[in-house]
Amino acid sequence: MTQTIIWTIAIVTALGLVLALVLYLVAEKFKVEEDPRIDEVEKTMPGANCGGCGFAGCRAFAEAAVSSETLDGIFCPVGGNDTMAKVAGILGIEAVAKAPMVAVVRCNGTCQNRPKVNDYDGYPSCRVKASLYSGDTACAWGCLGCGDCVAACTFGALSMDPETGLPVVDEAKCTACGACVKACPKSVMELRAKGPRGMREYVSCLNRDKGPSAKKACAAACIGCGICVKTCTHGAIVLENNVAYIDSSKCKLCRECEALCPTGAIHGVNFPKPLDKDAVKARVQERQRKAREAAAAAAKAAAEAAAQEPQKKEEE
Amino acid sequence: MKRTFSIGGVHPHDSKISRGCAIEPLPLPPTVYLSVAQHIGAPAKPVVAPGDKVKVGQVVAEPGGFVSAFIHSSVSGTVKSVAPRKDLAGNEVMTIEIAVEGDEWMEGIDTSDTILTEIPDDNKAIIEKIRLGGVVGLGGATFPTHVKLSPPPGSKCGMVIINACECEPYLTSDFRTLLEKGEQVVIGAAILRQVMGNVPCTIGIEENKPEAIEHIKAVIEKLSKISPKYQGISVLSLKKRYPQGGEKQLIDAVMHRQVGSGALPISVGAVVQNVATALAVYDAVLKNKPIVDNSVTVTGECFPRQANLLVRVGTPLRFILDYLGGLPENAVKVISGGPMMGRAVSNLDAATLKGTGALLMLTEAQTRRKPASNCIRCGKCADACPMGLEPFLLNRLAKVDDLEALEANAVQDCIECGCCLYSCPANIPLLDNIRLAKGAVLRAIRARATKK
Repeated sequence: MTQTIIWTIAIVTALGLVLALVLYLVAEKFKVEEDPRIDEVEKTMPGANCGGCGFAGCRAFAEAAVSSETLDGIFCPVGGNDTMAKVAGILGIEAVAKAPMVAVVRCNGTCQNRPKVNDYDGYPSCRVKASLYSGDTACAWGCLGCGDCVAACTFGALSMDPETGLPVVDEAKCTACGACVKACPKSVMELRAKGPRGMREYVSCLNRDKGPSAKKACAAACIGCGICVKTCTHGAIVLENNVAYIDSSKCKLCRECEALCPTGAIHGVNFPKPLDKDAVKARVQERQRKAREAAAAAAKAAAEAAAQEPQKKEEE
Repeated sequence: MKRTFSIGGVHPHDSKISRGCAIEPLPLPPTVYLSVAQHIGAPAKPVVAPGDKVKVGQVVAEPGGFVSAFIHSSVSGTVKSVAPRKDLAGNEVMTIEIAVEGDEWMEGIDTSDTILTEIPDDNKAIIEKIRLGGVVGLGGATFPTHVKLSPPPGSKCGMVIINACECEPYLTSDFRTLLEKGEQVVIGAAILRQVMGNVPCTIGIEENKPEAIEHIKAVIEKLSKISPKYQGISVLSLKKRYPQGGEKQLIDAVMHRQVGSGALPISVGAVVQNVATALAVYDAVLKNKPIVDNSVTVTGECFPRQANLLVRVGTPLRFILDYLGGLPENAVKVISGGPMMGRAVSNLDAATLKGTGALLMLTEAQTRRKPASNCIRCGKCADACPMGLEPFLLNRLAKVDDLEALEANAVQDCIECGCCLYSCPANIPLLDNIRLAKGAVLRAIRARATKK
C-alpha cells in the first residue's frame, strides 16, 4: 500500500519535472522578443481604448509610439500633453506639446431658431435620417438632433438638451477623442483648441445656402454677409461657401466679430465678462471711420502730389 | 398551383382602392420643374437657358454619359431658370423651371389616339428611337432602357418578361394602363422582343387583376391575327405575393431561374421591362413621342378622391393634391411610390419625375412606428427575405460596422423590399440599418474596383 503511494508521488513528480523542462525549452526556443518599453508606455496610457488617437486601442498606440522614431502624428487626445510627456520620457525623445482641444457644436438651430417643416418618424438615428432626406427643418446642414454623437461618446461628455434639441458638451469631461466628430453625418461636431482659460470664438453654423434661404430656415444662421471678415483685424476669419469660419490659431479673442454678427451666429464662450455689443460696435465703427478718413486723406495727398508734379516739371 | 418566386416574400393586404378609377389627364400646371436626375446613372446636362422658348417634347437636357437619358420638356412655354432646387427629400438637384404657355407640341410627334401596329424591322433604329425618347425603366429603378436593350457581347437573351405584377399595395396605375392601353403595351412588348432577337415574351400579371389578364389575352389574340410579330407573346397569371415585381423575383417566378449575386438578369437570359416602360417604348418608336407624361396613382384611405392621373413630368406634387381637393387633415405622411418601397415626401413643392408612379397618403395610425424591442430570434425576417439573406444577422453586423462580415453575408444583394421590417414582431428597424450598411459595402466594393 505504502509502496504504491510512494511510486505514484515519484512518477507524477518526475513527469512534472520532465514536462516543465520541455515547456521551458520550447518557450526559450520560440520566445517573441518584445520591447519592454511597450508595456511601460501602455501603463502610462489612460486605458480607455477609445480609439481617439487613430489606433485600435492603448496597446496599439504604445506599439506605434515605441516603433516610430518621432512622436509626429502620434498623440493621445485623452491623456493630453501630460501623458505625452511621460511617453516621451520613457522613449527618450521629445514630445511636441499640443494645444488642448475640445468638441464644439457648430449649430445653433434650436427649436426656436429653426422651426420644423416636417416630422421625422423614422428610426431615431442621425445616420439613418441623413441617408433618407435633408432633415425635418429647412436647413440641410445643421444638427439632426437624434443624438448619434451622444451615443458615440464613451466619456459621458455629451448630452441632448431637450429644450434646444441640440447636443451639449461637458467641457470638464470632454477628452477630445473625436468619436463624436466621426459619428456626426453632418460634420456639426468639430474639435477646436480649448483656448486660454477655455475662452474661444467660433461660428456656430454650417449653412451653405444663400443668405435669404439660410435666414428663412434658421434665425441664427450664418448668412454669409462677410461683416465678420471685414471686421477682423487679425485675418482669422474666412468666408467659404456662404459660411464663415474662424481659425482658432489666428483668433485673438477680441470679440468684435461676435458683436457685429447680425444673426448671432458667432459664439464666444467662457469669457469672464458678458459682451457689451454696443460698446464694441462703437469702437469698431470709430476705427473704421478713422481708417476711411485716413484713406481719403492719403488719396487726396496722392492726388495733390500728382497734380504738383507736372507743375514742377513745367517750372523747370 | 400558380407560379411565384421560390424563397421569401410576404402577403400585405393589397388595398387597391383606386382600381376602379380610369386614368384621367391632369390639367397643365402653371409651372413645371424638370430635374436633370430622373434616372439611374449620370445626371443629364441642361441644353436650354433661361428665356428660351420650348415646345412639348423638345430636348431640354442631354445624357451626361452612357448610362444616362435625354430629358424632354413636358410642356410648352418659357424656361425661367436652370438652378438647383429641392427635390422631394429636400436635397438640391439641378432643375429646369418652365413657365407653361399653351400646349404646343414638337412637329413629328403623333398625339392622336390611333393605334399603329406596323413595327419597323431595323432594330438599331428602334433602339436609337428609344434612346432619343428618353425612355427609362418606369417600374421604379429608372434604369435607361436603351442600355438594358444593348446587352454586353457574349450574353444571349432568351426571354423578354413584361413586369405587370404591381405587387406593391395601393398602386393601380399599371393595372389601369393594362386595361385602357392594353394594345399599346402589347405592341411595345412585341417591339422589345423583336429587338432582343425574336425571343418569346411573357407578360407576368398577378392573379388579383383578373380583368387585366383577360383583357391582355384578348388583345394578344386580336393582334396576332394582324401580324405574326405578335405571336410568341403570352400572359402568365402569377400567385399574389410581394415582392414579385422585383426583377430577380419575377425571373424566378416566370423562368424558374435564379440570378446570381451581383449578376445581371441577362446572365440567365432574361430582360425584364415594366408595363409603363413597354407603353413608353411604343410611344417612342411608333408615335415619336418621348416621355413627357406618366400615370400616377393618387390614393390612401384618408383621401376622399382616389384617382389615376396622367401627369406631365415635373408637375409639383402640391398641384396634383390641390386638384383632387387638397391634402386631408388627418394625412400625416405622403409617400412617393408604394407603402413598402416608396419614399416619404418631405417637400410637397417638389415635382414628379419620370418614375413617379404613385402618391400615397397615410394617417398617423397607419404610419407611426411602434417602439423597437429586443430580437427574439424567431427567424421571421430570414423566412421573409426574398434574397435569402439573414436580416437579423446583417442588422447586428451593421450596428458594429463590420464591413467584411457584411460583405461575406451578401448585404449588397439586399433589394430593400422591406419584407424583413414588415415581418419583424419586435419592430426592429432592420432595413434602416441594413440599407446604411449596404451603401457602405457598395462604396467599399467600388473603391476596391477602382484601385485595381
